[in-house]
Amino acid sequence: MQSLISTSPISSSSLQPLESYASLTASFNLRFCSLRREVVPLSRHKHRVIGAASKRTRKCVSAASPDSNGSPPTKFDYDLVIIGAGVGGHGAALHAVEKGLKTAIIEGDVIGGTCVNRGCVPSKALLAVSGRMRELQDEHHMKALGIQVSGAGYNRQAVADHASNLASKIRNNLTNSMKALGVDILTGYGSIMGPQKVKYGLDNFITAKDIIIATGSVPFVPKGIDVDGKTVVTSDHALKLEFVPEWIAIVGSGYIGLEFSDVYTALGSEVTFIEALDQLMPGFDPEIGKLAQRVLINPRKIDYHTGVFATKITPAKDGKPVIIELTDAKTKEPKETLEVDAALIATGRAPFTKGLGLENINVETQRGFVPVDERMRVIDAKGNTVPHLYCIGDANGKLMLAHAASAQGISVVEQLSGKDHVLNHMSVPAACFTHPEISMVGLTEPQAKEKAKKEKFKISVAKTSFKANTKALAENEGEGLAKLIYRPDTGEILGVHILGMHAADLIHEASNAIALGTRVQDIKFAVHAHPTLSEVLDELFKAAHVNVDKPKPVAV
Amino acid sequence: MAHLLNSSFTPTPTTTLRRPHHPLTAPTTRRPTQIHAKIREIFMPALSSTMTEGKIVSWIKSEGDKLSKGESVVVVESDKADMDVETFYDGYLAAIMVEEGGVAAVGSAIALLAESEDEIAQAVYKAKNQSASAPAPAQASASAPEPAQASAPATAPAQTLAPALASAPARVASAHPASEGGKRVVASPYAKKLAKELNVDLGLVVGSGPMGRVVAKDVEAAAVAAALAVAEPGKAVAEPVKPDGVELGSVVPFTTMQGAVSRNMVESLAVPTFRVGYTITTDALDALYKKIKPKGVTMTALLAKATALALAKHPVVNSSCRDGKSFTYNSNINVAVAVAIDGGLITPVLQNADKVDIYSLSRKWKELVDKARAKQLQPHEYTTGTFTLSNLGMFGVDRFDAILPPGTGAIMAVGASEPTVVATKDGRIGMKTQMQVNVTADHRVIYGADLAQFLQTLAKIIEDPKDLTF
Repeated sequence: MQSLISTSPISSSSLQPLESYASLTASFNLRFCSLRREVVPLSRHKHRVIGAASKRTRKCVSAASPDSNGSPPTKFDYDLVIIGAGVGGHGAALHAVEKGLKTAIIEGDVIGGTCVNRGCVPSKALLAVSGRMRELQDEHHMKALGIQVSGAGYNRQAVADHASNLASKIRNNLTNSMKALGVDILTGYGSIMGPQKVKYGLDNFITAKDIIIATGSVPFVPKGIDVDGKTVVTSDHALKLEFVPEWIAIVGSGYIGLEFSDVYTALGSEVTFIEALDQLMPGFDPEIGKLAQRVLINPRKIDYHTGVFATKITPAKDGKPVIIELTDAKTKEPKETLEVDAALIATGRAPFTKGLGLENINVETQRGFVPVDERMRVIDAKGNTVPHLYCIGDANGKLMLAHAASAQGISVVEQLSGKDHVLNHMSVPAACFTHPEISMVGLTEPQAKEKAKKEKFKISVAKTSFKANTKALAENEGEGLAKLIYRPDTGEILGVHILGMHAADLIHEASNAIALGTRVQDIKFAVHAHPTLSEVLDELFKAAHVNVDKPKPVAV
Repeated sequence: MAHLLNSSFTPTPTTTLRRPHHPLTAPTTRRPTQIHAKIREIFMPALSSTMTEGKIVSWIKSEGDKLSKGESVVVVESDKADMDVETFYDGYLAAIMVEEGGVAAVGSAIALLAESEDEIAQAVYKAKNQSASAPAPAQASASAPEPAQASAPATAPAQTLAPALASAPARVASAHPASEGGKRVVASPYAKKLAKELNVDLGLVVGSGPMGRVVAKDVEAAAVAAALAVAEPGKAVAEPVKPDGVELGSVVPFTTMQGAVSRNMVESLAVPTFRVGYTITTDALDALYKKIKPKGVTMTALLAKATALALAKHPVVNSSCRDGKSFTYNSNINVAVAVAIDGGLITPVLQNADKVDIYSLSRKWKELVDKARAKQLQPHEYTTGTFTLSNLGMFGVDRFDAILPPGTGAIMAVGASEPTVVATKDGRIGMKTQMQVNVTADHRVIYGADLAQFLQTLAKIIEDPKDLTF
């Protein structure tokens, strides 16, 4: 293994941004193995100067590995083995290398996992197209800007290629970044054979001091739905954009369904949403959901059925359309039948944890999810934590978002390197990349109210409109709302929700504030460039009224 | 503030922090139309000086909810922001008359507020009566588009679909295999949306989409047909859509639009019409057109303008005979111009063509034509003509005569403007550009001399067109 590692040449890193970052951290680790803390700021400037000196420093890493917390002084092949090379595993691997851990990552499918290959990444390519198409087709919008466009059209295959090219580009970046860092990429499905012991592929066994399960999830298809991959599809198939149906039913109106409705309607399809709950977009703050309905659903060629299950979906064949049987969610009585050209199943995702060998260590999954505590330590059937075993990302079901998985992985690695760390999930933002975008962090208003009731404090809500923002108006994109939920007594930010242009990029000011514990009364003095969309948040913080007697100064 | 807005509700912007709302003043005035003392109408407030109508973004309260003074009831969209509108009275929200997404004119009732629970039923009854006085949904698009319609869209969504579905089997032989003999209408999402907007009864539309599904263009075609069937709004019957391409030797039934045209044409035989022709020299008009064409002025607008100015001097030619006993003098001069569209024709209307300046008129015309092509004309944009122009000049037709559309007094057929050799009074032979016009009129109200004088005036205006650009 050692030799394998040393053959990955750091100097081969090309000009890809991700890789150069990788070589930066890599070389820095190799060089200053034990002096990390002091040199952090310097390393940014040194990465080009420092050459590849892997072998020597690897030893330094390995030497540090055994028996740090009193476990039997067994010799391990690796400090850390990660099962699953998705965004979560990748984030953990990068951070592990930075922390000086000898790391391997096992992947049975393709590097990058769902996000890069069948999720966030290719969908963003399609959404980039849909956003432009929507704009170019909006004659009124164009006219208002003084632009004349005629006959905006698209080539389906070229759009599909853009998505798949993007996915492979990001996949290569991810692979190269890990290779450049010296992370061993082991191919084959991984499973746990016992404590600190992992099998991958057919019969390769390795030992690791710590193991992270990061196997992610697959699209969840409720029973009764026959997915043929052509007319009845999941997001996996839909992202290939093999055809653009005239009429597509989307089962589920969460992030995935909503983003696809944006893509399909921009490309000329008509969409019918089928939602089991009583309202569309049930995950959003109700007010944002209402506005989203006004902006993203009502004016578009979309209709919907709420409070119904799609109990049976039969793919199109022999000239018959896709047939969807709807059943009332409450009475369980058949309600209606739809005949459409295609159906997309976006009913959520199911953890991919089968064949992981969890029975070997007495762990029972719950609805497929691996039970973990707040430090991502796996909990066995008796309720005890399993030593040296962690689970991050979709597989533990805490927060099924790519960046949450990565953050959990980093948190685990922090713990492995001796620093206790608990990820504050309240500070993890989420975004839906429709046009305009929706983003959120923290609690929704009803959640905040409930919490306030339980813990006996008061909440306040502040709102600003994109209609009042110069940049948004310059772009002729005044539709939008930002909403802040906070404690008027302490200034604590409980939640921020944004619907509007570039909302997904705007949310980070709020999520960082929550992560760092910044209070409204402090952040409201922070300066924002004018005119920018970020002033929507500036206005939002300024609109909040905090009753703290002595406001603290901005900078301490 | 409330009485300024003539409303018992006052708006507060939601763009700022949502604070408890405090009414500024107690309302002292109420509309005289409020007869029921304890059932109050909630009006669409004027949120800005320029606002003429408002869109209901959402109802914060639902029917039957108890309201207390100062509570937000409804969110209304204005040009600047969404405003929460709050009540000044305690009571119950008895009936919502304009649904979410609906549009209502400023000052029109959007809901009823009952003082006590007992009066809710009374208020609901009242609301129903008010909506019943508006045109029935199926006919709304076809019948006169009067202001009463302001409340029609609100009630239509709820009412249109239900009866349509219930009565569909009797009226429609839907081709859709899954429609269970017509009990169910299979329509695409956009088709449903359009049907709602255009007040088209989906049960009456036969689909041309896959498996006989009703798609958007079917609804649009049905809406246009309903508009053309203006003389007999109630009797619109859906007929199979014409297949693409004509199969020789086959008998193809009329589309709904063609059926409506047929009925109108037969009906026109009941009107005693006569025709008067005139030759007008257009050199000056052509020169003017050349000069102002770069400013976006169209020949159609110029002709409509000239006609309207002539009509202003001869109101009888702008009149019509509705009952066989009287003249109906129209207060506005609305020039309808026939436009051929796919599978039929439509007559977009240039309203008040005598008063609107030529540049605005040209812009308006362009907008109407674009809308007509996109089949997005609103009923009032094609049913309110008082005089019709039909121009076949662009095809080289030098003269023709038109059939008088029922309900109007006269129609003018305009031929091509062509260089013509003419003898002038001083004995010379010269070249002039001339066009022939031919007016068909209802002799019950318009007599030969009326038309002759009208045409003389029109010729004067066209031959000396300085007044067209005033």
